[in-house]
Amino acid sequence: MNKTRIIIQREYLSRVKKKSFLIMTILGPILMASIWVIPLYLANTSNEKKVIQILDETGIFNKKFKSTAELTFVPVSMEIETAKNGLSSSGNYALLFIPKTQLNVPTSAILYSSGQPSIDVKSHIKEVMQREIESLKLETSGVDPEILKSIKTNININTIKIDENGAETKSFTEVSMVVGIFAGILIYMFIFMFGAQVMRGIIEEKTSRIIEVIISSVRPFQLMMGKIVGIALVGLTQFLLWVILTFSIVTVFQLSMAGETKLAKTDQMFSPQGKILNAEKLKEFSEKTTEKDNMEFQIIEAISTINYGVMVGSFIFFFLAGYLLYAALFAAIGSAVDSEADTQQFMLPVTIPLILSIVMAQFVITNPDGPVAFWFSIIPLTSPVIMMVRIPFGVPFWELFLSMSLLVVTFLGATWMAAKIYRTGILMYGKKVNYAELWKWLRYKQ
Amino acid sequence: MDEIKVVEVTKQYAGHLALNKVSIDVPKGSIFGLLGPNGAGKTSLIRIINRITAPDSGELYFNGHPLSAEDVSQMGYLPEERGLYKKMKVGEQALYLAQLKGLSKAEAMEKLKFWFDKFNLGSWWNKKVEELSKGMQQKVQFIVTVIHEPKLLIFDEPFSGFDPINVNLLKEEILNLRQKGATIIFSTHNMASVEELCDHIALINKAEKILDGKVAAIKDSFKKNIFEIVYRNQNRSIGYNLPESYVLVSEEHHGNMAKAKIKIPSGETPNQLLQLAITDVEVHAFSEIMPTMNDIFISKVNEYENYSRKI
Repeated sequence: MNKTRIIIQREYLSRVKKKSFLIMTILGPILMASIWVIPLYLANTSNEKKVIQILDETGIFNKKFKSTAELTFVPVSMEIETAKNGLSSSGNYALLFIPKTQLNVPTSAILYSSGQPSIDVKSHIKEVMQREIESLKLETSGVDPEILKSIKTNININTIKIDENGAETKSFTEVSMVVGIFAGILIYMFIFMFGAQVMRGIIEEKTSRIIEVIISSVRPFQLMMGKIVGIALVGLTQFLLWVILTFSIVTVFQLSMAGETKLAKTDQMFSPQGKILNAEKLKEFSEKTTEKDNMEFQIIEAISTINYGVMVGSFIFFFLAGYLLYAALFAAIGSAVDSEADTQQFMLPVTIPLILSIVMAQFVITNPDGPVAFWFSIIPLTSPVIMMVRIPFGVPFWELFLSMSLLVVTFLGATWMAAKIYRTGILMYGKKVNYAELWKWLRYKQ
Repeated sequence: MDEIKVVEVTKQYAGHLALNKVSIDVPKGSIFGLLGPNGAGKTSLIRIINRITAPDSGELYFNGHPLSAEDVSQMGYLPEERGLYKKMKVGEQALYLAQLKGLSKAEAMEKLKFWFDKFNLGSWWNKKVEELSKGMQQKVQFIVTVIHEPKLLIFDEPFSGFDPINVNLLKEEILNLRQKGATIIFSTHNMASVEELCDHIALINKAEKILDGKVAAIKDSFKKNIFEIVYRNQNRSIGYNLPESYVLVSEEHHGNMAKAKIKIPSGETPNQLLQLAITDVEVHAFSEIMPTMNDIFISKVNEYENYSRKI
């Protein structure tokens, strides 16, 4: 056992000390934090008002363009050429030119700007014009615009989960989808990345011919497990560093923004912890907030409804167990070949379940309690990814338990098999190995 | 007392017999040569001795007791296929391998320092292995093989990759280790080094042991009663004056000296040949031609091949 510890130590330290590990550790959280931070940042910083001049030759849209938080519309009346020439010197964002046409109503407009105008601006202008022209047309055909307005309704469905104890939790399908697929992809990446590291490590030991030197002092099984466990610890370290760094970046950012704007507002509107809401409060909120604020607030609320304890806990379990299963298979492959180029024929059957599970994840997410989701989250080779996708939606305890136990049993079996192939494979050089050969190795006594 | 005793060990790999009832006794304190052509089963036998693989049948005894897993810590093994982690620093790596042999970190440090100084490797401690020459890497490997002062050392082709100066250094160290009480098993094709170092050998061919014993005794049993006489050249052959039962095997003339190889008939002694020669020529040297291990190896293997072909 003591020797296995020395091996684990070496495998761990030699990888953690690498520059690539440091780079990954820093880049990962920055990428992840940016998913949270950038939208918030943009929401808070785009307060700079954009001024758009309107040169309306038709006169229909006079005063129809209402200034918003981001856009200010200024009607101008001058020759279009003068307006165009004056645009860059005025410092205004854009110039909207609606030319007179032969038709009753204009159907086109020209937006002059110094830079590429944003899609938001374009769609806003389009929307206003469309609405205006539509009501104009309706009016000419005798429909009262007031009636039209009363027809338009905005439906907002709030979903609430009720568990056995009757406790109500607001659920957010869209957010669960995002979190689920994100966790699934992360598991897939981790298993692939670190599983392949096990294989590469073993091939390195074979090609550098150090393997026989080492197994003259330790059992081959100790060496294999030392490597697998050492690399698992590297993966865990990376994951935990990512979690800690991501949270610190997000927290630091939130603190620096808190004083300013909307975040403070939404915080204040939260029920305690933002998790459980009763219908009355919900109504109150809906009335209190504008549509846009409500959306923003809901996203933040949704993110906070996810049980991070369960997520991180099951992530660690499924990463470890899934990794151990695949690492054993990768170890067997690594021991059987002489170079990475020879791994192809054995890699395929191992990677297919992994790739299949990431493909299936997209279907599982649309129906997280369906039979496909159920079976793929129980079958051990696909369960790590698929189960992680399902967990944000809530998974019955017995399914989770069944999936976990099957995974553990399978990885024990895979390790036992891999060890048999490994101890024969590591001493084989220059031999083209096929499946029949592997089968023979499995049956060797020792 | 035997350091290691192998009794009728058989090892079969799917469809291929690697060892067929091979028995060897390696006396304590000896340098034991394990000889044989490529693929004869030497490496299989070594891997069974240091318990990398298990035999299908047969027994092994280490210092009198059945070989157990703990005994492996008393062995040092330098495999033929050997290498180091290329990207790892030399010192770190030596320390790691020494710790795997069961030394504590402090012990390992102290011993490594001694050996690194001895082999002039001290300044390479913090260099990566890939920066070292092949010879230096071999030295590091030798050091980690002997660092835990094992009772039994197994060297598989130890001299490959060394230049002559380092081969000498290594031979000296091997003899030193024997002096300190270690037993050494030595697997090689290099017959010259066998003759120089080994006192016992076993010859393995096609999974079977075909010869073993003390080097001196084996050589004795293979000698052909041929003697060499060096004499002053008197422009004639020494053969004229010899009785018919004596066979002149070869004769060479170099300037004013000549060299002749003569096989004496069984029952006659070298003294009788010498007496005959003295009356005829001025003798400068007289010696028995001993068979080299190389000759014995080749003739024995060929003999075995012919024999097995007949059956």
